[in-house]
Amino acid sequence: MDRLRLATAWFGGCAGCHMSFLDLDEFLLELATKVELVYSPIVDVKEYPENVALCLVEGAICNTDNLELLRAIRARTKVLAAFGDCAVTANVPAIRNQFGPGNKQNVLQCAYIENACHNRSLPNAAGLLPALLPRVMPLHEVVRVEYFLPGCPPAAAHIKALVGAILAGTEPKLEGIQLKFG
Amino acid sequence: MPKQIVIEPVTRIEGHAKISIRLDNEDNVSDAEFHVVEFRGFEKFCEGRPYSEMPGLTQRICGICPVSHTLASAKAGDAIMAVNITPAADKLRRLINLGQFVQSHALSFFHLSAPDFLLGWDTPPAQRNVFGLMAANADLARAGIRLRQFGQEVIEILGGKKIHPAWAVPGGVRSPLTEEGRAWIAAWLPEAFATAKIALELFHKTMETHQREIQIFGNFPSLFMGLVAPDGSWEHHNGNLRFIDSSGSIIADQMDPRKYFEFIGESVQSASYLKSPFYTPLGFPDGMYRVGPLARLNVCERMGVPKADEELKHFKSLGRGAVTSSFFYHYARLIEILAALEFIERSLEDPDLLSEDLRADAGINSHRGVGVSEAPRGTLFHDYTVDRNGLLLKVNLIVATGQNNLAMNQTVAQIARHYVRGKTIPEAMLNRVEHGIRCYDPCLSCSTHALGQMPLLIRLLGPDGAVLHETSRG
Repeated sequence: MDRLRLATAWFGGCAGCHMSFLDLDEFLLELATKVELVYSPIVDVKEYPENVALCLVEGAICNTDNLELLRAIRARTKVLAAFGDCAVTANVPAIRNQFGPGNKQNVLQCAYIENACHNRSLPNAAGLLPALLPRVMPLHEVVRVEYFLPGCPPAAAHIKALVGAILAGTEPKLEGIQLKFG
Repeated sequence: MPKQIVIEPVTRIEGHAKISIRLDNEDNVSDAEFHVVEFRGFEKFCEGRPYSEMPGLTQRICGICPVSHTLASAKAGDAIMAVNITPAADKLRRLINLGQFVQSHALSFFHLSAPDFLLGWDTPPAQRNVFGLMAANADLARAGIRLRQFGQEVIEILGGKKIHPAWAVPGGVRSPLTEEGRAWIAAWLPEAFATAKIALELFHKTMETHQREIQIFGNFPSLFMGLVAPDGSWEHHNGNLRFIDSSGSIIADQMDPRKYFEFIGESVQSASYLKSPFYTPLGFPDGMYRVGPLARLNVCERMGVPKADEELKHFKSLGRGAVTSSFFYHYARLIEILAALEFIERSLEDPDLLSEDLRADAGINSHRGVGVSEAPRGTLFHDYTVDRNGLLLKVNLIVATGQNNLAMNQTVAQIARHYVRGKTIPEAMLNRVEHGIRCYDPCLSCSTHALGQMPLLIRLLGPDGAVLHETSRG
């Protein structure tokens, strides 16, 4: 049987959800016989491939690079799961939204003018540095999302249950403890 | 006509970044820059929140080293309350930090970097990862996975959760070690020691066969900074700062880390969201310093535990003065795993770890508090100013990876000079340049208080920004 084409991606977040994925520990060895990890921060494939069966997407959508890649992921992926609280609600990265329409300037000003002593200036390099979006967004504000797996991060057991159900061809049961935030 | 090569993004590192390499008129590499492309703005949006919430909030900066942030934040809270925490709370914080060193260093070595030097630099990209390592050497991959797991379990046993434990608080910690937890750790330790030994033996062989990498992967003079104990031995949580130069001479010693702003400044790089801290007495950029495992082993005189001290002797023999090649970060990381295991073993006998006397309480006694701890990647600073109600007015965070920013730029330039010839980009260069960055195990979630991944695309640009040549992998 062909292995399931699995991808993971990481936007504005802390990598904690990916660390929780690695907390599958020895189950990773078993998983490797059932899935092919075709794109992920932990592998070297640089371009998001076509025909991905399942993608776990961690993080909120914070900048123009995130937006572009998320749209590419959606177009090339059958099942997309919002992976962790930042992907589901925008969570911590969205705290900057409270500063309103000027939040982008505020957060940059604080980091690069107030908390610097040399070359105080806002970083700016067209083509290299993506611009921050005016508002941080959860995934489903941008694209269709099939499943939501909350948690900060989702426990490894919850990730195993979701991936396991999809591997078995059954509908993942996202209920009870599986829906725990934080 | 000067040109620029851009690599984007870089993979198997912990963050979103690109690399640009500038060529001069003769197509030789003139310089290089590492660009971090993610930014979340923690320093601003923490304003107005209570200081007691910060150990929980700031650990969301990084899921790889959340324990570092929660500890530095709790320490800043201790300072705001102006309390001395109990010896038991301090020992428990140290224990969880050691657990984190083991898990984070194991991740860097086995999951992210070892595929390069164990599978081979020119292994096809689709296999050159931890899953490729599982296929090539399942026993080694399993041992590495279980070593990381051991560190994560230590964190969970103490904090109740492997990632983002709600445990360290201003004034102390929430709960002690239990008898069951102590027995569990003691039972797993022999296996962890065995894996550390295997990894060290492997890396000793790697060092013999990687003389060229040692020569060009970030081998240059710089300052090194890290915490040391009062007697100059290795320290990971308390102590004071020491700076040495590349000859090994101490240039500043027992500096109070809570007064970091008197000797560390931050410079903004126009084309990166990652700032470059520098040692202000030497100015910018001469005040470039490195932090993390290589720096900590360079600045300390001894580890303080026997097995790691044996390895430290060999480590010290690798340099005249300081050990200056960043390829040795990997070796330093393994020595720190060994030391962490020895310190964990030693601490398990301490009855204080089971104490219930864990928390000091007080109101707002100081309007500014600085908390400093060694994170796996280097020294971490949390600096909070609060109002009379303990709400944050100002936050400054200096994280490990930023402090290696200037050194990472030089490392990329050094490797590129060796491999880039003319306007084309040899495939051999791509992975090696990325590995130059991987040596530092940069955690870009931390460094920009943001996060992402780094795949690889190299662009050669003319001075007008036109793409002259583009190559990507994957």
